[in-house]
Amino acid sequence: MVSAKLHKAKDPQEESAAELAREIKPGETILDLVHVCRDFDKVRVIKDVSLQIRKNEFFTLVGPSGSGKTTILKMLAGMDQPTSGDIVLGGKSISTVPPDKRPTCMVFQFLALFPHMSVGENIEFPMKVKGIPGDKRCERAYELMQLVSLPESYYKKNVMKCSGGERQRVAIARALAYDPEILLFDEPLSAIDAKLRKTLQKELKELHARSGKTFIYITHSLEEAMYMSDRVGVLCNGVLKQVGTPSEIYNHPVSRFVASFIGDTNIFEVHMSSSGRWEASDFPGMDIKLEPRGDRLEGYLVVRPENLRVIDDGAVPADNVIDCKVRNAYSMGSRIQYQLISGKKEIMLELTPRHDHGIKPGDNVRLGWNAQDAIFVDE
Amino acid sequence: MQSNLNGTLAVKKAGAFSLWLRDVLLTQGGRCAIPVYVLLILGFVAPLIMVLAFAFATPRTFTAFTSFTFENFIHIFDGSTSVLMSYVWALTFAALATAILTVICYPVAVGMVRIFGKRCSIIISILFVFPLFVSENVRLYGWILFFMKNGILDGTLKMLGGAGPDILYTPGMILFGICYTYLPYMLFPIVSGVALVPQDLITAARDLGASRFRTWREIELPLAMPGVLIGMLITFVLAAGAISESKILGGQSVVVITNDIDIALTYSQNWPQGSAMAVVLMIVIAALTMYAFKKIDLEKILGR
Repeated sequence: MVSAKLHKAKDPQEESAAELAREIKPGETILDLVHVCRDFDKVRVIKDVSLQIRKNEFFTLVGPSGSGKTTILKMLAGMDQPTSGDIVLGGKSISTVPPDKRPTCMVFQFLALFPHMSVGENIEFPMKVKGIPGDKRCERAYELMQLVSLPESYYKKNVMKCSGGERQRVAIARALAYDPEILLFDEPLSAIDAKLRKTLQKELKELHARSGKTFIYITHSLEEAMYMSDRVGVLCNGVLKQVGTPSEIYNHPVSRFVASFIGDTNIFEVHMSSSGRWEASDFPGMDIKLEPRGDRLEGYLVVRPENLRVIDDGAVPADNVIDCKVRNAYSMGSRIQYQLISGKKEIMLELTPRHDHGIKPGDNVRLGWNAQDAIFVDE
Repeated sequence: MQSNLNGTLAVKKAGAFSLWLRDVLLTQGGRCAIPVYVLLILGFVAPLIMVLAFAFATPRTFTAFTSFTFENFIHIFDGSTSVLMSYVWALTFAALATAILTVICYPVAVGMVRIFGKRCSIIISILFVFPLFVSENVRLYGWILFFMKNGILDGTLKMLGGAGPDILYTPGMILFGICYTYLPYMLFPIVSGVALVPQDLITAARDLGASRFRTWREIELPLAMPGVLIGMLITFVLAAGAISESKILGGQSVVVITNDIDIALTYSQNWPQGSAMAVVLMIVIAALTMYAFKKIDLEKILGR
């Protein structure tokens, strides 16, 4: 009795949160994480995460496993509550609102389709519990099936008889049927083979544009994140390291962790010598030229493999040049990756097959990069 | 190529039996299963055929296959005895016990799965089977000691200045006995059924806007249903064939059909009559359970 009353009392507030969220214009902040922390058994798993998600954007949280991205997503969905801090949706705190009363909906890693229901029944489930009449549900289910490109004949098909990609679409259609403001994705593509994953990533991005919803996606693959997202947040050990567009993350990483999170990259520890010149501990005696770093005395230099050039006879000279020996070559189709060694330091180089300078394992080559091609990070 | 063609022709000529012989019986697996086939035929099919044969034999004779009459069946249904009432009692007890045990065991199973987790709760539910290691009769006489006048319950209450309820040798007591005896048979399948429901689906249903009750009604219960149905089936069949409960705890208050069969086969030495009653009981139970399973859309529940 008491709990029923409490629910009644809460209802108007929850509705207004959803309604306020609806009135927000695209591009403005819809979801605000304010100093969110989460402890498990006195261990702080999420450490003071503050983040603004804008309406209609495709936002991806990326981090290695154990970085706390699923915990954040669960808190957004209402399956978990922050230990401290607040989650604000459309100007109203939703930290303690249960999942069935939030305008968010989650697509699970293992999809969590209901095996005892057909494709149509699965999609209609959220509408059924809302009390929408049968014929309207059915109509909307067909619309959604069209939106996610499922053939109409699948309406009566058993979900367990659908293929992986089809189940994916059913799960997304079902989430859309709830008509959430924000769709949450918990690594839904991680269990799918590489070729289909690429197709589904494209579809998901298209669907994002067509549905006009806010997507929050989590993945451990920065490549996947950059491929689909408008903005990316990089998470490490419960700390949000950097938030930005994919190109910002790639070209201006704030730390070694973010820089090395996507593919292989070269990182050199550099410091200011007593004579006022930059030196790298990997290349003793060499003068490293880099863009002015103000009062910094030490840091790391990130040089992407594709920003290294082979300096052979007649080539344009580079600011920094190192001598290397080629260890191995890995063909990746459109480009070739080389593993080289300079002193004791391993170097990664990437070239296109057309401009590979004919280098092969065992060769000695000179590699160079210009000051503006390297990224300086503090940590 | 030639021999292959000959082979197919030969199979066509030989017909279905030799096909079955070749594809089922004479494979390596089939040959290994021969002892089981023999055991099933001797221990399961043969006695059933004997019971069927005796059911159509002349009353009060001890030879089957020599006579054929419906007299035994007519005797059951002509109303001259209380046999029909015994059927009603047996089926009533079975139905009530099944209903009561379902209501008791489902929450227990859900609680066990929530507290002990999926694997552990299946192991723990085996603990409920331990009482079966003690003979059923001994356990039932134990209940008599508990409920009898000046017994454990009555005596204790008298010491405290009250008096125990006089419930021994009543139909209610028989029902209690049946519920007590067959609880493990209901609990075990329900626990495995409930353990089959993935937590993910419950979370997903809640996330999609379903209330706790709605989630239980639409997701948890239907997905646990295979286990619940198997438990109900086993309990119903066993309870309809229960005999010790009515003999020991029920005294002579109510006679169930198994009592009648027992008496016909032993005390009154009328094997054909007893066999006919057993055949009718089998048919009734089979018909009822098949009807129930047809009514409940198994395909839909199992999601296949």
